[in-house]
Amino acid sequence: MFQPAQVRLSQKCWNNSEARLLEAEFRVCAGGAFARVRFSSHPHEKEHFRAKGRDVPQIFTASADTRLRAVLALLALMLIAALAFLKYQDSAYATLRDWVRHQPVPFSHEHHVGGLGIDCRYCHTSVEEDASAGLPPTHICMTCHSQLWTSAPMLAPVRQSLAEGNPLEWQRVARVPDYVYFNHSIHIQRGVACVECHGRVDKMPLMKRAKAFQMQFCLDCHRDPAPNLRPPDQVTRMDWSSWKQNSSEHEDYGRLMVKAYGIQPSKLDDCSICHR
Amino acid sequence: MMRRYLTMLFALLALSACDEMNQQPRYDSYEESPLFRDGKSLQSAPPGTVSRNARADAEALLNRPPMTSALLERGRERFEIYCRPCHDASGYGNGTVPARGFPKPPSFHSARLRLAGPAYFVSVITDGHGVMYSYADRVAPADRWAIAAYILALQRSQSATLDALTAAERQKLAKGGS
Repeated sequence: MFQPAQVRLSQKCWNNSEARLLEAEFRVCAGGAFARVRFSSHPHEKEHFRAKGRDVPQIFTASADTRLRAVLALLALMLIAALAFLKYQDSAYATLRDWVRHQPVPFSHEHHVGGLGIDCRYCHTSVEEDASAGLPPTHICMTCHSQLWTSAPMLAPVRQSLAEGNPLEWQRVARVPDYVYFNHSIHIQRGVACVECHGRVDKMPLMKRAKAFQMQFCLDCHRDPAPNLRPPDQVTRMDWSSWKQNSSEHEDYGRLMVKAYGIQPSKLDDCSICHR
Repeated sequence: MMRRYLTMLFALLALSACDEMNQQPRYDSYEESPLFRDGKSLQSAPPGTVSRNARADAEALLNRPPMTSALLERGRERFEIYCRPCHDASGYGNGTVPARGFPKPPSFHSARLRLAGPAYFVSVITDGHGVMYSYADRVAPADRWAIAAYILALQRSQSATLDALTAAERQKLAKGGS
Protein backbone atom coordinates (compact mmCIF):
# COMPACT_ATOMS: atom_id res chain seq x y z
CA MET A 1 0.00 0.00 0.00
CA PHE A 2 2.76 2.43 0.94
CA GLN A 3 5.43 0.80 -1.06
CA PRO A 4 4.16 1.37 -4.59
CA ALA A 5 3.65 5.09 -4.03
CA GLN A 6 7.15 5.47 -2.70
CA VAL A 7 8.64 3.68 -5.62
CA ARG A 8 6.71 5.73 -8.11
CA LEU A 9 7.72 8.99 -6.50
CA SER A 10 11.34 8.18 -6.10
CA GLN A 11 11.47 7.30 -9.74
CA LYS A 12 10.13 10.76 -10.44
CA CYS A 13 12.84 12.17 -8.27
CA TRP A 14 15.61 10.71 -10.21
CA ASN A 15 14.15 11.46 -13.55
CA ASN A 16 13.42 15.13 -13.11
CA SER A 17 15.29 18.33 -12.57
CA GLU A 18 16.40 19.53 -9.17
CA ALA A 19 13.32 21.61 -8.63
CA ARG A 20 11.08 18.65 -9.24
CA LEU A 21 13.26 16.57 -7.00
CA LEU A 22 12.47 18.81 -4.04
CA GLU A 23 8.82 18.60 -4.84
CA ALA A 24 8.93 14.86 -5.14
CA GLU A 25 10.70 14.49 -1.82
CA PHE A 26 8.05 16.56 -0.20
CA ARG A 27 5.40 14.30 -1.61
CA VAL A 28 7.16 11.27 -0.33
CA CYS A 29 7.10 12.80 3.07
CA ALA A 30 3.45 13.54 2.76
CA GLY A 31 2.83 10.02 1.56
CA GLY A 32 4.90 8.75 4.46
CA ALA A 33 2.82 10.64 6.96
CA PHE A 34 -0.28 9.22 5.45
CA ALA A 35 1.07 5.77 5.49
CA ARG A 36 2.26 6.12 9.03
CA VAL A 37 -1.17 6.91 10.29
CA ARG A 38 -2.42 3.84 8.60
CA PHE A 39 0.28 1.65 10.09
CA SER A 40 -0.39 2.77 13.58
CA SER A 41 -4.08 2.13 13.21
CA HIS A 42 -3.52 -1.31 11.82
CA PRO A 43 -1.14 -3.26 14.09
CA HIS A 44 -1.28 -6.20 11.72
CA GLU A 45 0.30 -4.23 8.93
CA LYS A 46 2.87 -2.83 11.36
CA GLU A 47 3.84 -6.35 12.27
CA HIS A 48 4.21 -7.06 8.60
CA PHE A 49 6.70 -4.22 8.19
CA ARG A 50 8.64 -5.16 11.32
CA ALA A 51 8.92 -8.69 10.09
CA LYS A 52 10.42 -7.38 6.90
CA GLY A 53 13.04 -5.59 8.94
CA ARG A 54 11.74 -2.12 8.16
CA ASP A 55 10.92 0.56 10.68
CA VAL A 56 8.18 3.17 10.46
CA PRO A 57 9.73 5.88 8.30
CA GLN A 58 10.95 8.97 10.15
CA ILE A 59 9.14 11.90 8.57
CA PHE A 60 9.86 14.80 10.95
CA THR A 61 13.38 16.10 11.37
CA ALA A 62 14.85 16.53 14.84
CA SER A 63 14.28 20.32 14.76
CA ALA A 64 10.63 20.11 13.64
CA ASP A 65 9.28 20.48 17.16
CA THR A 66 11.40 23.55 17.85
CA ARG A 67 10.27 25.08 14.57
CA LEU A 68 6.63 24.43 15.37
CA ARG A 69 7.04 26.12 18.74
CA ALA A 70 8.81 29.03 17.10
CA VAL A 71 5.98 29.49 14.61
CA LEU A 72 3.37 29.33 17.39
CA ALA A 73 5.35 31.81 19.46
CA LEU A 74 5.62 34.12 16.47
CA LEU A 75 1.88 33.94 15.84
CA ALA A 76 1.18 34.76 19.48
CA LEU A 77 3.65 37.62 19.32
CA MET A 78 2.01 38.98 16.18
CA LEU A 79 -1.39 38.82 17.82
CA ILE A 80 -0.11 40.68 20.85
CA ALA A 81 1.61 43.23 18.62
CA ALA A 82 -1.58 43.79 16.63
CA LEU A 83 -3.61 44.28 19.81
CA ALA A 84 -0.97 46.59 21.24
CA PHE A 85 -0.96 48.62 18.02
CA LEU A 86 -4.75 49.01 18.11
CA LYS A 87 -4.56 50.05 21.74
CA TYR A 88 -1.75 52.48 20.94
CA GLN A 89 -3.74 54.08 18.12
CA ASP A 90 -6.49 55.03 20.56
CA SER A 91 -4.13 56.10 23.30
CA ALA A 92 -3.83 59.67 24.49
CA TYR A 93 -0.18 59.52 23.41
CA ALA A 94 -0.91 58.73 19.78
CA THR A 95 -3.99 60.97 19.44
CA LEU A 96 -2.47 63.83 21.50
CA ARG A 97 -5.63 63.86 23.59
CA ASP A 98 -5.24 65.76 26.89
CA TRP A 99 -1.71 66.81 26.03
CA VAL A 100 -0.73 70.38 26.67
CA ARG A 101 1.57 71.96 24.14
CA HIS A 102 4.14 74.57 24.85
CA GLN A 103 2.79 77.97 23.79
CA PRO A 104 4.46 81.38 23.52
CA VAL A 105 1.97 82.68 26.11
CA PRO A 106 0.32 80.39 28.68
CA PHE A 107 -3.15 81.53 27.63
CA SER A 108 -5.90 80.34 29.94
CA HIS A 109 -9.31 79.60 28.49
CA GLU A 110 -10.39 78.84 32.04
CA HIS A 111 -9.77 82.46 33.00
CA HIS A 112 -11.13 84.13 29.87
CA VAL A 113 -14.11 81.88 29.20
CA GLY A 114 -14.92 80.46 32.63
CA GLY A 115 -13.84 83.42 34.73
CA LEU A 116 -14.69 86.45 32.60
CA GLY A 117 -17.47 84.85 30.58
CA ILE A 118 -16.13 86.06 27.25
CA ASP A 119 -17.91 84.41 24.33
CA CYS A 120 -15.79 82.17 22.05
CA ARG A 121 -16.62 84.41 19.11
CA TYR A 122 -15.07 87.48 20.74
CA CYS A 123 -11.68 86.08 19.68
CA HIS A 124 -12.54 83.31 17.20
CA THR A 125 -14.37 85.74 14.98
CA SER A 126 -14.67 83.76 11.76
CA VAL A 127 -16.18 80.61 13.25
CA GLU A 128 -19.68 81.46 12.01
CA GLU A 129 -18.75 82.17 8.39
CA ASP A 130 -15.52 80.33 7.66
CA ALA A 131 -14.09 76.86 7.60
CA SER A 132 -11.54 78.04 10.13
CA ALA A 133 -12.63 79.36 13.52
CA GLY A 134 -9.92 81.99 13.39
CA LEU A 135 -7.05 82.64 15.74
CA PRO A 136 -7.23 86.14 17.21
CA PRO A 137 -4.76 88.66 15.81
CA THR A 138 -2.63 90.34 18.45
CA HIS A 139 -4.72 93.49 18.61
CA ILE A 140 -7.71 91.47 19.83
CA CYS A 141 -5.60 90.46 22.84
CA MET A 142 -4.59 94.10 23.20
CA THR A 143 -8.22 95.26 23.23
CA CYS A 144 -8.07 94.46 26.95
CA HIS A 145 -4.36 94.06 27.56
CA SER A 146 -3.55 97.58 26.44
CA GLN A 147 -5.01 98.45 29.85
CA LEU A 148 -4.79 95.24 31.87
CA TRP A 149 -1.59 93.50 32.99
CA THR A 150 0.34 95.94 30.83
CA SER A 151 3.69 95.06 32.35
CA ALA A 152 3.13 91.38 33.09
CA PRO A 153 6.19 89.40 31.94
CA MET A 154 3.85 86.61 30.87
CA LEU A 155 2.36 88.91 28.23
CA ALA A 156 5.67 90.23 26.93
CA PRO A 157 5.44 88.17 23.71
CA VAL A 158 2.01 89.72 23.01
CA ARG A 159 3.35 93.27 23.37
CA GLN A 160 6.38 92.37 21.29
CA SER A 161 4.13 90.91 18.62
CA LEU A 162 2.11 94.12 18.49
CA ALA A 163 5.18 96.35 18.42
CA GLU A 164 6.96 94.38 15.70
CA GLY A 165 3.92 93.37 13.70
CA ASN A 166 4.85 89.70 13.88
CA PRO A 167 2.15 87.20 14.72
CA LEU A 168 2.33 85.12 17.88
CA GLU A 169 3.38 81.60 16.98
CA TRP A 170 0.72 79.50 18.64
CA GLN A 171 1.08 75.74 18.49
CA ARG A 172 -1.97 74.13 17.03
CA VAL A 173 -3.96 72.04 19.52
CA ALA A 174 -7.11 70.90 17.72
CA ARG A 175 -6.09 69.59 14.34
CA VAL A 176 -7.53 67.16 11.82
CA PRO A 177 -5.38 65.56 9.11
CA ASP A 178 -5.01 67.40 5.80
CA TYR A 179 -7.32 64.96 4.04
CA VAL A 180 -10.20 66.09 6.26
CA TYR A 181 -11.93 69.26 5.09
CA PHE A 182 -13.63 70.30 8.27
CA ASN A 183 -15.80 73.39 8.14
CA HIS A 184 -16.68 75.20 11.36
CA SER A 185 -19.39 77.44 9.94
CA ILE A 186 -21.91 74.74 8.99
CA HIS A 187 -21.55 73.03 12.37
CA ILE A 188 -22.08 76.32 14.20
CA GLN A 189 -25.05 77.28 12.04
CA ARG A 190 -26.72 73.93 12.70
CA GLY A 191 -26.08 74.18 16.40
CA VAL A 192 -23.32 71.69 17.10
CA ALA A 193 -22.02 73.26 20.28
CA CYS A 194 -18.32 74.13 20.52
CA VAL A 195 -18.04 71.95 23.60
CA GLU A 196 -18.96 68.80 21.67
CA CYS A 197 -15.58 68.73 19.94
CA HIS A 198 -13.42 71.06 22.01
CA GLY A 199 -14.51 69.96 25.47
CA ARG A 200 -14.90 72.19 28.49
CA VAL A 201 -12.35 74.81 27.50
CA ASP A 202 -13.71 76.91 30.36
CA LYS A 203 -12.05 74.37 32.64
CA MET A 204 -8.71 74.25 30.85
CA PRO A 205 -6.04 76.50 32.38
CA LEU A 206 -3.88 75.46 29.44
CA MET A 207 -5.38 74.45 26.16
CA LYS A 208 -5.47 70.77 25.33
CA ARG A 209 -7.17 68.57 22.81
CA ALA A 210 -10.33 67.20 24.40
CA LYS A 211 -11.21 64.54 21.85
CA ALA A 212 -9.08 62.13 19.87
CA PHE A 213 -10.51 63.46 16.56
CA GLN A 214 -10.55 60.00 15.04
CA MET A 215 -12.87 59.25 12.17
CA GLN A 216 -15.19 57.24 14.39
CA PHE A 217 -15.79 60.36 16.48
CA CYS A 218 -16.97 62.29 13.43
CA LEU A 219 -19.01 59.39 12.09
CA ASP A 220 -20.87 58.78 15.34
CA CYS A 221 -22.43 62.22 15.03
CA HIS A 222 -22.77 62.26 11.25
CA ARG A 223 -24.75 59.03 11.34
CA ASP A 224 -26.99 60.26 14.14
CA PRO A 225 -26.80 64.05 14.38
CA ALA A 226 -30.08 64.63 16.26
CA PRO A 227 -28.81 64.17 19.84
CA ASN A 228 -25.97 66.64 19.26
CA LEU A 229 -28.02 69.52 17.86
CA ARG A 230 -28.60 72.53 20.11
CA PRO A 231 -30.26 75.89 19.57
CA PRO A 232 -27.74 77.75 17.37
CA ASP A 233 -28.07 80.92 19.46
CA GLN A 234 -26.56 79.03 22.41
CA VAL A 235 -23.88 77.28 20.45
CA THR A 236 -21.01 78.67 22.53
CA ARG A 237 -22.59 77.60 25.83
CA MET A 238 -20.23 75.35 27.76
CA ASP A 239 -22.38 73.65 30.36
CA TRP A 240 -25.17 71.55 28.90
CA SER A 241 -25.75 69.35 31.94
CA SER A 242 -29.20 70.84 32.54
CA TRP A 243 -30.08 70.15 28.90
CA LYS A 244 -29.03 66.55 29.29
CA GLN A 245 -30.79 66.15 32.63
CA ASN A 246 -34.11 67.51 31.40
CA SER A 247 -33.99 65.53 28.19
CA SER A 248 -37.77 65.04 28.22
CA GLU A 249 -38.29 68.78 27.62
CA HIS A 250 -36.60 68.70 24.26
CA GLU A 251 -36.54 65.09 23.21
CA ASP A 252 -37.97 66.07 19.83
CA TYR A 253 -35.68 69.05 19.28
CA GLY A 254 -32.87 67.28 17.47
CA ARG A 255 -35.19 65.10 15.43
CA LEU A 256 -37.29 68.05 14.32
CA MET A 257 -34.28 70.21 13.54
CA VAL A 258 -32.78 67.43 11.42
CA LYS A 259 -36.00 67.58 9.45
CA ALA A 260 -36.16 71.39 9.40
CA TYR A 261 -32.59 71.77 8.18
CA GLY A 262 -33.06 69.02 5.61
CA ILE A 263 -30.18 67.01 7.07
CA GLN A 264 -30.02 63.53 5.56
CA PRO A 265 -28.02 61.31 7.91
CA SER A 266 -27.93 58.61 5.22
CA LYS A 267 -25.82 60.92 3.07
CA LEU A 268 -23.90 62.54 5.90
CA ASP A 269 -21.41 59.68 6.02
CA ASP A 270 -20.60 59.87 2.31
CA CYS A 271 -16.83 60.04 1.83
CA SER A 272 -17.08 63.31 -0.06
CA ILE A 273 -18.77 65.06 2.87
CA CYS A 274 -15.39 65.33 4.59
CA HIS A 275 -12.84 64.15 2.00
CA ARG A 276 -12.11 65.67 -1.38
CA MET B 1 14.49 33.76 -1.16
CA MET B 2 16.60 35.79 1.22
CA ARG B 3 16.48 38.69 -1.18
CA ARG B 4 12.69 38.64 -1.22
CA TYR B 5 12.56 38.85 2.56
CA LEU B 6 15.00 41.73 2.52
CA THR B 7 12.87 43.60 -0.03
CA MET B 8 9.79 43.06 2.11
CA LEU B 9 11.64 44.30 5.16
CA PHE B 10 12.67 47.48 3.37
CA ALA B 11 9.14 48.01 2.11
CA LEU B 12 7.91 47.73 5.71
CA LEU B 13 10.54 50.22 6.85
CA ALA B 14 9.47 52.63 4.12
CA LEU B 15 5.88 52.41 5.40
CA SER B 16 6.96 53.95 8.68
CA ALA B 17 7.70 57.17 6.79
CA CYS B 18 4.20 57.14 5.35
CA ASP B 19 1.85 59.43 7.29
CA GLU B 20 -1.21 58.60 5.21
CA MET B 21 -1.22 62.05 3.61
CA ASN B 22 -1.77 63.58 7.02
CA GLN B 23 0.47 66.48 6.02
CA GLN B 24 -0.13 67.52 2.44
CA PRO B 25 1.79 70.16 0.51
CA ARG B 26 -0.80 72.85 1.04
CA TYR B 27 -1.31 75.38 3.78
CA ASP B 28 -3.78 75.20 6.61
CA SER B 29 -5.02 78.57 7.83
CA TYR B 30 -2.23 80.38 9.68
CA GLU B 31 0.33 77.73 8.77
CA GLU B 32 3.95 78.81 8.54
CA SER B 33 5.34 79.32 5.07
CA PRO B 34 8.97 79.59 3.99
CA LEU B 35 7.76 81.22 0.75
CA PHE B 36 7.42 84.65 2.30
CA ARG B 37 9.97 86.62 4.22
CA ASP B 38 7.70 87.13 7.21
CA GLY B 39 6.97 83.39 7.33
CA LYS B 40 3.21 83.75 7.00
CA SER B 41 1.15 81.77 4.50
CA LEU B 42 -1.75 84.06 5.32
CA GLN B 43 -0.47 87.27 3.77
CA SER B 44 -2.26 90.52 4.42
CA ALA B 45 -3.50 92.42 1.41
CA PRO B 46 -1.00 94.89 -0.11
CA PRO B 47 -1.56 98.54 0.84
CA GLY B 48 -4.21 100.22 -1.26
CA THR B 49 -6.20 97.04 -1.80
CA VAL B 50 -9.92 97.68 -1.96
CA SER B 51 -12.08 94.96 -0.50
CA ARG B 52 -14.74 93.49 -2.74
CA ASN B 53 -17.22 94.29 0.02
CA ALA B 54 -15.99 97.86 0.43
CA ARG B 55 -18.94 99.46 -1.29
CA ALA B 56 -21.58 97.28 0.33
CA ASP B 57 -19.91 97.84 3.71
CA ALA B 58 -19.83 101.62 3.21
CA GLU B 59 -23.49 101.61 2.25
CA ALA B 60 -24.42 99.41 5.21
CA LEU B 61 -22.59 101.81 7.47
CA LEU B 62 -24.40 104.86 6.13
CA ASN B 63 -27.91 103.51 6.04
CA ARG B 64 -29.67 102.81 9.26
CA PRO B 65 -31.77 99.66 8.82
CA PRO B 66 -35.42 99.77 9.88
CA MET B 67 -36.08 98.67 13.45
CA THR B 68 -37.35 95.09 13.50
CA SER B 69 -37.41 92.38 16.12
CA ALA B 70 -34.96 90.38 13.99
CA LEU B 71 -32.56 93.33 14.09
CA LEU B 72 -32.92 93.51 17.86
CA GLU B 73 -32.32 89.77 18.22
CA ARG B 74 -29.19 90.02 16.11
CA GLY B 75 -28.16 93.08 18.10
CA ARG B 76 -28.60 91.26 21.38
CA GLU B 77 -26.51 88.32 20.19
CA ARG B 78 -23.67 90.57 18.96
CA PHE B 79 -23.91 92.73 22.10
CA GLU B 80 -23.56 89.65 24.30
CA ILE B 81 -20.45 88.60 22.38
CA TYR B 82 -18.56 91.85 21.90
CA CYS B 83 -19.93 94.41 24.37
CA ARG B 84 -21.05 92.53 27.43
CA PRO B 85 -17.55 91.77 28.82
CA CYS B 86 -17.16 95.50 29.59
CA HIS B 87 -20.59 97.09 29.34
CA ASP B 88 -22.44 94.24 31.15
CA ALA B 89 -25.73 92.74 30.09
CA SER B 90 -27.77 95.82 31.03
CA GLY B 91 -25.31 98.43 29.77
CA TYR B 92 -24.24 100.04 33.07
CA GLY B 93 -20.58 99.36 32.41
CA ASN B 94 -20.12 96.87 35.24
CA GLY B 95 -18.78 94.02 33.16
CA THR B 96 -16.30 91.38 34.26
CA VAL B 97 -13.38 93.07 32.51
CA PRO B 98 -13.77 96.47 34.27
CA ALA B 99 -14.07 94.40 37.47
CA ARG B 100 -10.48 93.25 36.82
CA GLY B 101 -9.18 96.78 36.47
CA PHE B 102 -10.03 97.92 32.96
CA PRO B 103 -11.23 101.56 33.01
CA LYS B 104 -14.97 101.49 33.60
CA PRO B 105 -16.92 102.44 30.49
CA PRO B 106 -19.72 105.04 30.76
CA SER B 107 -23.21 103.74 31.43
CA PHE B 108 -25.58 103.71 28.46
CA HIS B 109 -28.16 105.10 30.84
CA SER B 110 -26.31 108.32 31.53
CA ALA B 111 -28.03 111.49 30.34
CA ARG B 112 -25.39 112.09 27.67
CA LEU B 113 -25.60 108.64 26.08
CA ARG B 114 -29.36 108.50 26.32
CA LEU B 115 -29.45 111.45 23.97
CA ALA B 116 -26.63 110.20 21.72
CA GLY B 117 -28.68 108.19 19.23
CA PRO B 118 -27.78 105.06 17.27
CA ALA B 119 -25.43 106.69 14.76
CA TYR B 120 -23.15 107.66 17.64
CA PHE B 121 -22.90 104.06 18.88
CA VAL B 122 -22.19 102.89 15.33
CA SER B 123 -19.37 105.41 15.01
CA VAL B 124 -17.88 104.38 18.37
CA ILE B 125 -17.98 100.69 17.39
CA THR B 126 -16.36 101.58 14.06
CA ASP B 127 -13.64 103.91 15.29
CA GLY B 128 -13.29 103.12 18.95
CA HIS B 129 -13.48 105.71 21.73
CA GLY B 130 -11.02 106.49 24.49
CA VAL B 131 -9.50 103.21 25.65
CA MET B 132 -12.03 101.24 23.65
CA TYR B 133 -10.49 99.75 20.52
CA SER B 134 -12.22 99.85 17.17
CA TYR B 135 -14.41 96.80 16.60
CA ALA B 136 -14.56 97.37 12.86
CA ASP B 137 -12.66 94.14 12.21
CA ARG B 138 -14.93 92.08 14.43
CA VAL B 139 -18.39 93.55 13.94
CA ALA B 140 -19.74 93.87 10.40
CA PRO B 141 -21.34 97.26 9.50
CA ALA B 142 -24.88 95.86 9.49
CA ASP B 143 -24.24 94.28 12.90
CA ARG B 144 -23.12 97.66 14.30
CA TRP B 145 -26.57 99.06 13.56
CA ALA B 146 -28.08 95.97 15.16
CA ILE B 147 -26.03 96.52 18.31
CA ALA B 148 -26.96 100.22 18.31
CA ALA B 149 -30.62 99.24 18.04
CA TYR B 150 -30.23 96.86 20.97
CA ILE B 151 -28.54 99.59 23.03
CA LEU B 152 -31.56 101.81 22.35
CA ALA B 153 -33.77 98.99 23.56
CA LEU B 154 -31.62 98.60 26.68
CA GLN B 155 -31.89 102.34 27.35
CA ARG B 156 -35.62 102.19 26.97
CA SER B 157 -35.86 99.14 29.22
CA GLN B 158 -34.10 100.96 32.06
CA SER B 159 -36.21 104.10 31.84
CA ALA B 160 -39.60 102.64 30.99
CA THR B 161 -42.56 103.74 33.07
CA LEU B 162 -45.10 101.38 34.53
CA ASP B 163 -47.75 102.83 32.19
CA ALA B 164 -45.85 101.47 29.18
CA LEU B 165 -46.40 97.91 30.36
CA THR B 166 -49.42 95.77 29.62
CA ALA B 167 -51.57 94.58 32.49
CA ALA B 168 -50.13 91.08 32.28
CA GLU B 169 -46.56 92.38 32.35
CA ARG B 170 -47.36 94.57 35.34
CA GLN B 171 -48.76 91.57 37.15
CA LYS B 172 -45.62 89.58 36.39
CA LEU B 173 -43.49 92.46 37.66
CA ALA B 174 -45.51 92.67 40.86
CA LYS B 175 -44.85 88.97 41.43
CA GLY B 176 -41.14 89.69 41.29
CA GLY B 177 -40.52 88.30 37.83
CA SER B 178 -38.34 90.01 35.30
